Amino acid sequence: MSTLALEKQPVRRIPDKLSTPAGRVLGSWEALLAAVAIVIFIANSFASPHFLDPWNLSDATYNFTEKAMIAFAMTLLIISGEIDLSVAAIMALASTAMGAAAQAGFQTPALVGTGLGVGLLCGAFNGLLVARIGLPSIVVTIGTMSLFRGIAQIVLGDRAYGGYPSSFAWFGQGYMSDFSWWPTLPGFEVVTFEMVAFVILAVAFAILLHWTVFGRWIYAIGNNAFAAQFSGIPVRRTKFALFLMTGLMSGFAAVCLTSRLGSTRHTIAAGWELEVVTMAVLGGVSILGGSGTIPGVVLAAIVMGLVTFGLGLLNVPGIVMSIFIGLLLILVIALPIVVRRIRSRSAA
Amino acid sequence: MSVVQALPEIQVPLLEMRGISKSFPGVKALDHVDVALHPGTVTALIGENGAGKSTLVKILTGIYQPDEGEIVVDGVPVHFANAEAAIRSGITAIHQETVLFDELSVAENIFLGHAPRNRLGFVNWAAMNARAAALLSSIDAPISPYARLKDLSIAHRHLVAIARALSVEARVVIMDEPTAALSYKEVEDLFRIIERLKKQGKAILFISHKFEEVYQIAERFVVFRDGRSIGSGLLAQTGQDEIVRMMVGRSVDHVFPKADVAIGATVLRVSGYSHPTEFDDLSFDLRRGEILGLYGLVGAGRSEFCQALFGITRPSAGSVELEGRPIAIRSPADAIAAGIVYVPEERGRHGAVLQMPIVQNISMATLDRTTRAGFLRQAEEFALARRYAERLDLRAAALSVPVGTLSGGNQQKVVIGKWLATKPKVIILDEPTKGIDIGSKAAVHAFMSELAGEGLSVIMVSSELPEILGMSDRVMVMREGRMAGLWERGGLDAETLVRAATGNI
Repeated sequence: MSTLALEKQPVRRIPDKLSTPAGRVLGSWEALLAAVAIVIFIANSFASPHFLDPWNLSDATYNFTEKAMIAFAMTLLIISGEIDLSVAAIMALASTAMGAAAQAGFQTPALVGTGLGVGLLCGAFNGLLVARIGLPSIVVTIGTMSLFRGIAQIVLGDRAYGGYPSSFAWFGQGYMSDFSWWPTLPGFEVVTFEMVAFVILAVAFAILLHWTVFGRWIYAIGNNAFAAQFSGIPVRRTKFALFLMTGLMSGFAAVCLTSRLGSTRHTIAAGWELEVVTMAVLGGVSILGGSGTIPGVVLAAIVMGLVTFGLGLLNVPGIVMSIFIGLLLILVIALPIVVRRIRSRSAA
Repeated sequence: MSVVQALPEIQVPLLEMRGISKSFPGVKALDHVDVALHPGTVTALIGENGAGKSTLVKILTGIYQPDEGEIVVDGVPVHFANAEAAIRSGITAIHQETVLFDELSVAENIFLGHAPRNRLGFVNWAAMNARAAALLSSIDAPISPYARLKDLSIAHRHLVAIARALSVEARVVIMDEPTAALSYKEVEDLFRIIERLKKQGKAILFISHKFEEVYQIAERFVVFRDGRSIGSGLLAQTGQDEIVRMMVGRSVDHVFPKADVAIGATVLRVSGYSHPTEFDDLSFDLRRGEILGLYGLVGAGRSEFCQALFGITRPSAGSVELEGRPIAIRSPADAIAAGIVYVPEERGRHGAVLQMPIVQNISMATLDRTTRAGFLRQAEEFALARRYAERLDLRAAALSVPVGTLSGGNQQKVVIGKWLATKPKVIILDEPTKGIDIGSKAAVHAFMSELAGEGLSVIMVSSELPEILGMSDRVMVMREGRMAGLWERGGLDAETLVRAATGNI
């Protein structure tokens, strides 16, 4: 008999965690983002006297609410190790379908159903190609990005769909104070439907990712899909569900944006896929999969909204903003890698 | 010391490391170690995982610079500022997992980074292919220099890696666990190459966990423990027990005993299990409390069979009965639900999610037990993880640290813990002690005995004969996907198994 195995030591107690909860929060990427948001908020209020106006701030939330809805679903998808670059094209196709339905005389509930339905179908198509057939998602969704927007372009050409029913405008332009049950407290009158949708979706996605078995599966798959499969996790079904979810959120964002603009051109939401991915990555989601949080992405959405709004108040042209977004994306991806390299160099 | 044995001592060492120390933050990886390598001699470097072997290799190959001490080649002190400097001094290494390039030809792989050039500075393809062919034939490798690497078998890739190491006019060859991925026959081939290198006067540093191999191929040894060189000398004068004592600082009986337990009724019955390409017509019974050893060469289809039994791949024919009832296994989830679990060979790739905490790895296959209506319950998850971590005597700073920060043996404990948490009836262990140190090995073996004693049925895939012979109640040998025999424990010897596995009956 092995002497080593017989040396039964008293059972050693392994602690659950090393650091305290407060320590973990303070050292987190989310804490840094929150600090950045506060600094930008203060800078903006000095930069323009119009910034602190409640109605202006309410308008400013449109800079991020629609993109953030997609970014929440995208966060889950990227953590699982996949990506969907066709989200903006899904919006264009969903918006086009809603425009056609409106022309055909359909009313608001049917239009919303059309937008969400097209989003789901597009997500299912992506999901089928990636999860069933096993193609790489970056290639698939670059393909469907052209495909979906191409269909919209063929249908619309240079024309635009308009003539949406007046009740449809509420999703992108409505205030919660339109409801009689909404409290009439000071400040509450500027709350839009999209703000409420943003908060509800943020909470829902945070619960899904951080407190459910499904969320745990997403992390396991993104960190090691083989080990996840070997642990009995339904890898392909989970990925398919995530593509469906991203499609659905794109459809919902299309409803909000189309309602806000009141018309559909084939260029609607052009380039949004980049901003959505930037939002997720700025929020601390690893582009390689496996890590990231919803609170981080919520803060990133607010930071990006505040920056866009601030630059707008200063009359900075749109092209400068997109340069800024591009630089931000590179910086955020490079930063953790550079920090790790410096750390390992000082260790070696 | 007798005259005959003193003979190698007369030789001047080709390379000497004197008083080498190397520290990392918080760890003294090497503490004044001395190693001498002699021409035409194989020196075995022996030590548990974490004893400092890898650090020594990295210093010898110029990847790390020592904090103290000197390296002397041919009596001249040298300093390796980088990997190239080490290569220029004639030191080359074949690593545990050699990096080769699938899409390149064999010759390109051998000469990548130092291809022969023509006058214009372009690659001289003719010279490169000719030299590659000469190198390959010098080690008896029947491989064309023009072949794509991806078309070669694992064993042939290994030969390419050896040719690559020799392509730099090496005088000192370091082999870091070169046999880890090789089957019995391939190891024999490797040893023939090593004999050839010895005759060419090269000094070889051979790192291995396996004593039979060390005694078969090496003349000298150095034992490391906790970053210090504990002993060195001639293997002919030193017994295995003495070396083990040096390694672990205490006496360990490293022949793996399975405690006698009562063997119960049949739990698992596999009949005619077949796969289009990997295995064919496998049938056996597994009883309660029994350990069934599954022996064979690499590529005999053992892992593929086990993975089919676990629902990773689908068999084309055959049936499985568990406790008398036929079951259909279409996915790992089905297998887990039925009570069959699988600890894979590749721990980091298939077994554990290294980036995730211990607690989440242990609970990964039993999330239904630590949740309510799909919602995670942290306290119950930690309680579950603690139960199995303590039972397996896991060594970790906290349950929330990533599994990747643990040693190989402790990572294996986490994977086993994950499966024990599912309360399985049958546990399949695929090379359970591959690449883990001797202390952890004994612990894993003792634990397997304990599980069998509690009534679990175990299938143990292993390529190590002592492990198979020591642990198994019965041994099934596979060769080229087919059953080559099934033996009871009593009266079984290594030779029978090797003959069955290689087909030399």
